[in-house]
Amino acid sequence: MSFSEQTRDKAREIISRYPQSRSALLPLLHLVQSEEGYVSADGIAFCAEELALTTADVAAVATFYTMYHRKPVGEYHIGVCINPGCGILGGDTIWSTLCERLGIGNDEVTEDGKISLERIECQAACTHAPVMTANWEFLDNMTPESAIAAVDKLRRGEEVKSTRGPRIRTFKENELTLAGFDDGLAGEGGNADEYMLAGLKRAKELGQSAPEVKK
Amino acid sequence: MTVTTQTVTVTVDGVAVEVPAGTLIIRVAEMLGTAIPRFCDHPLLDPVAACRACLVEIEGQGKPQPACAIPVTDGMVVKTQHTSEIAEQAQAGVMEFLLINHPLDCPVCDKGGECPLQNQAMANGRGETRFDGTKRTFPKPINVSAQVLLDRERCVSCARCTRFAEQIAGDQFIALLERGAKQQVGTSEDQPFDSYFSGNTIQICPVGALTSAKYRFRSRPFDLVSSPSACEHCASGCALRTDVRRSSVMRRLAWDAPEVNEEWNCDKGRFAFPYLSEARLTTPLVRNEEGNLVPASWPEALRVAAAGLKKTGAATGVLTGGRVTVEDAQAYASFARTVLGTNDVDFRARALSAEETAFLAHHVAGKPVDVTYGDLEVAPSVLLVDFDPEDESPIVFLRLRKAALSNRTKVFSVAPYMTAGLAKMKGTLIAAGPFDAAAAIAGAADHVKAAGSIILVGERAAMSPGALKAAADLAASTGARLAWVPRRAGDRGAVDAGLLPINGRDTGAMLAEAGKAVKGLLVGGVSATDVDGDLVAAINNAEFVVSLETRHTDVTEHADVVLPVAVVTEKAGTFRNWEGRDRAFNASIPTAGAISDAAVLEELAREFGVELGVSDFWSTAAKPEIVAGAHKPSVGSGQAVLATWKHLLDKGALQEGEPYLAATARVAVIRVSPATARSLNLVDGGQATVECCGKKATAPVIETAGMADGIVWIPSNSEGAALNLPSGCVVNVSGGVA
Amino acid sequence: MTLTPVLTAHWDEADSFTIGGYMRHGGYTAFKKAFQSEPDDIITLVKDSGLRGRGGAGFPTGMKWSFVPQNDGKPHYLVVNADESEPGACKDIPLMLANPHALIEGMIIAAYAMRCSHAFIYLRGEVPHVFRRVNAAIREAYTAGYLGKNIMGSGFDLEIVLHAGAGAYICGEETALLDSLEGRRGQPRLKPPFPAVAGLYASPSCVNNVETIANVPYIVNNGVEWFRSFGTEKSPGFKLFAVSGHVKNPGIYEAPLGITARELIEHAGGVRDGHEIKFWLPGGSSVPMLTPDLLDTPMTYEDIAAAGSMLGTGTPMVFDDSTSVVRAVAGWLAFYKHESCGKCTPCREGTYWISDLLHRLENGEGQESDLDKIVELCAQIAGRSFCALGDAAATPFPAAIKHFRDEFVTATSTPANDSFDPFAATVFAGATR
Repeated sequence: MSFSEQTRDKAREIISRYPQSRSALLPLLHLVQSEEGYVSADGIAFCAEELALTTADVAAVATFYTMYHRKPVGEYHIGVCINPGCGILGGDTIWSTLCERLGIGNDEVTEDGKISLERIECQAACTHAPVMTANWEFLDNMTPESAIAAVDKLRRGEEVKSTRGPRIRTFKENELTLAGFDDGLAGEGGNADEYMLAGLKRAKELGQSAPEVKK
Repeated sequence: MTVTTQTVTVTVDGVAVEVPAGTLIIRVAEMLGTAIPRFCDHPLLDPVAACRACLVEIEGQGKPQPACAIPVTDGMVVKTQHTSEIAEQAQAGVMEFLLINHPLDCPVCDKGGECPLQNQAMANGRGETRFDGTKRTFPKPINVSAQVLLDRERCVSCARCTRFAEQIAGDQFIALLERGAKQQVGTSEDQPFDSYFSGNTIQICPVGALTSAKYRFRSRPFDLVSSPSACEHCASGCALRTDVRRSSVMRRLAWDAPEVNEEWNCDKGRFAFPYLSEARLTTPLVRNEEGNLVPASWPEALRVAAAGLKKTGAATGVLTGGRVTVEDAQAYASFARTVLGTNDVDFRARALSAEETAFLAHHVAGKPVDVTYGDLEVAPSVLLVDFDPEDESPIVFLRLRKAALSNRTKVFSVAPYMTAGLAKMKGTLIAAGPFDAAAAIAGAADHVKAAGSIILVGERAAMSPGALKAAADLAASTGARLAWVPRRAGDRGAVDAGLLPINGRDTGAMLAEAGKAVKGLLVGGVSATDVDGDLVAAINNAEFVVSLETRHTDVTEHADVVLPVAVVTEKAGTFRNWEGRDRAFNASIPTAGAISDAAVLEELAREFGVELGVSDFWSTAAKPEIVAGAHKPSVGSGQAVLATWKHLLDKGALQEGEPYLAATARVAVIRVSPATARSLNLVDGGQATVECCGKKATAPVIETAGMADGIVWIPSNSEGAALNLPSGCVVNVSGGVA
Repeated sequence: MTLTPVLTAHWDEADSFTIGGYMRHGGYTAFKKAFQSEPDDIITLVKDSGLRGRGGAGFPTGMKWSFVPQNDGKPHYLVVNADESEPGACKDIPLMLANPHALIEGMIIAAYAMRCSHAFIYLRGEVPHVFRRVNAAIREAYTAGYLGKNIMGSGFDLEIVLHAGAGAYICGEETALLDSLEGRRGQPRLKPPFPAVAGLYASPSCVNNVETIANVPYIVNNGVEWFRSFGTEKSPGFKLFAVSGHVKNPGIYEAPLGITARELIEHAGGVRDGHEIKFWLPGGSSVPMLTPDLLDTPMTYEDIAAAGSMLGTGTPMVFDDSTSVVRAVAGWLAFYKHESCGKCTPCREGTYWISDLLHRLENGEGQESDLDKIVELCAQIAGRSFCALGDAAATPFPAAIKHFRDEFVTATSTPANDSFDPFAATVFAGATR
């Protein structure tokens, strides 16, 4: 696809954040995904042009990182953590359940283009296992049933809320966020959930606290 | 300047040796005759320590360390695989890993027999594999360019090729894609690996992952007879290795010449050799009474040639071309001046000027080696005048790029626009067309004031009136050293031999006077398309024409006598490169009956009863004064001044018969500045036609920011747009296809 | 040992992640205090505190800062490593969600100490909500005048840029992170030069973990003595211990270094009734697993090392007796294979091979000789790869086979899921209740 002048302005804004323009490449590729839903050859060329790099140089970067897709993903890109910390605690079961439900496998998209699936590695949420992501928003402590419910709702266009974040938006919308453009949703999803507060709660129950500073 | 090198003492396998500080362990081991296995290591590329094949034990270090990346320090004690079990096991382990995903298809691999992986696996690996899993597979091979093929299964991810592309050539059109076990070399979808230097990646690939379309499946290394050669394609002076099987050249490789081409060469030098065997003349030809060229015996042909030349005598013009060896050049010079008694002799088969003739006589002819590649590498500043090294002397380009990237050298260029090559040298453009070049040079004094600065003048400066004088004056006033970098391998030797029209007619005048004052012509390796003028008409006008040629050309077709001469692979000789450095070579394919131009001329001289000797022409020659050309044409509306040169890869006769190479050539475009585009009503990306003197060419327009105004640039002799006119012509430019 | 919420002390307040919530409890006073001191004195303070890097390696933070050459006329860069991706590690992400301002204030102090006016937070890309939170916090700090030019009239400037990665565990390796931040493939760099000399943009740079930097305001405000009242001589301070796996109440438990895993697991409710701990990992999949007999080892750098593992990220992961160790190790190796950057041979090819062999074992295929082969292959990677990822990949199997050889022998003929009902180990089968 061709990129609008508005997108080019965004690209320039990204570039202006950095002392050296090349640093803008990762956010630029997120920006490309916010437009295309993946990184096409045009997207590669766009980045190369904005940063005065060769297209091979950009492709080398785009193919290194797993979040950049070289073919379209679903409107809702679903990740299921299968790293043992989640996989053993239920992630593997959730994975096979979803594959069966959707009739797709890893890196595949449903025919309606709504859902794609990816086996993902550790999401830094092991305390919340088993963990899924929807366009990288946390869906914590999932079960096969809650996983199916969430995916079915997303497929029908119904609202699904992240367990630690806002309503799940589209893949493209979230890629724009990752490119560094504010979506005004920072306050969503609450301060902290029960897993994050487990220690604090326990300390309060036990009346334990950090020592005071000796004046 | 004295360089003091600090030395350190290091012990390798119990042997203490004193080496310069900073030497890498692997190099020290080499000095001691110890071969540590390596794949990613290459002495001309930055260390990466990626393949881990070279792990050695260093006393005091917990883990084995990569010998390719660690500079020795005083007192360091290193143990290689020969004295350390740790090193031996580490190396064997890496070798085993390298082979698990390798297809082991050595019997069908071009590299088999000269493969570092094969050799080192035999020397340092285990006999049998313990891997019984499924190997990683890829579709194979894929073209990374028309010429270079990639077999990803064989690749060991050493990144030599990608590092070469980035660090040496500056053409990052190949890169490592994906990651982990899926990591692979590749290109982007829209840009093949069209680099002038792509063939080097094949040569430095330590496995058979990169192969050339030209050589693929053609031969086995052990069936080849190799001989050292000097490249005939330009004045860079590369050392080559020519590999021959059954009297045919199978391939040519860059050979090691640290002072000249280091270990690199360009793709023209590497792949453009089919011409050596195509359309060859095998027997002398003599025009019979019916006007037809018919085969003749050598004695007959020599007799007829001598008889004709005796008649034209001092009214014979001698055109040698620029591909002559030093020996052939001397023979032509002697033959012209002592046998024929003519001063009408010129090696230049291109646009030229009287200013140039005088410049060459004063500043080039007979000069000992002065400015060298090594000097370029340490010069604080290099000013290029009408010279685009990447296109016109690629090894100069590589050396200048190396110097520029090390932040030692600043490159400035008097040129119509910022070329890709100049950008890759981090160069600064001094935008000027042919008629502003002289002023631009005069104004560049500040750039070359620093001691050690160098001015490199290209042969195209002959088409920029006053430029050569301005360059000579600038050198004189600043102390910068001056060197002339022509395009052809024989140009410099020809100048030194005196193949210049001192007190005689130059090429242009000879063509113009052919059949009049110039009655006869003796023509060496000259292509009609190269000459600024109508060579074929001149031949037809002349009373008698003798041609010394390797193959059938427009010239041989119209000559009265054609004497076949040897190609470079069939003879010994010397090319003198732009530095003035002699690059001697022997015959790669000793061929009975193939004789050099010099040998033919000696025989011809004997017909005159003269023995050709070697004389030092310049010791007695009267050098003409350098007078700046002052021509400045008027340019009307719809017109612009032409600036042009030939790309490295073009439709040159010596590149014939190599379609894979030709497919990597740059496509012709028309360049104008944005202001000039507006005044000429040209649209960026649209087509335009450039026209003059009955010749025209159409190509896409690229508006080029920073380009000199009033100039239109288009390559000469290029695929798709072969407008072969000299720079400085005033051309009509119109939008669209004419 | 008691729990000591410091960083987490106010996470239960609804606005904990806002500047208001942070300042209500003394936030943004430490940097003002720091500005009263010379930068070198701040480095000395952090050195004296004994703070060690919380990202896994445990390198003394103050010493790392002191490696950045001062007054060299070059720009300096502070880069926060927020690429938390180590399996088992999940402490920085919650910290940034609930208390991002501690990180930002810590960055202001660290940047001031190292005389750096440009700082970056390299956040893994797969956490957009953390990206929002941290970016909002940065904006709040700018608005308050705590970032930008001439902060609070001090003459000190600091710009902070939040940068999203894009899915690559290797970018947690600091030189790979720098290459990635420069817009390249995240492959580790040859050292020397070290980042302190030639890091980001070939300028002196310091890369610190999120939790490490978030500690700094508390050290500046409360002093060395207070900080050293937590933990041990060699491992002072407190730590976010993320307890995960088969425990009833997994989550973040903040306690002094030196608390034992048994205590932490007890705080987390212990394992479910009728089950026992089979093995546990003190801090990520890259450290050797330990058996329950070592649960009383104090969670310090030195004690865990003496017990044959590493503190790593300090995030104990617990697996009970319903777990197939074969499946766990095969899963981790699949992870290292997936995340190997491909640069060096041992890691690229070794993870490919070992992962394949383990996959077969998981499926009940293979031979007993494979077990020794894998141990040998791990030894061919460990200490020979380009960076620590290879070493990490060579860690799980040798540790596991030491304790569970019989289970691996069984795996040569019986699939892991036949030996261990996978459902029994799941949360939804009640494994954490």
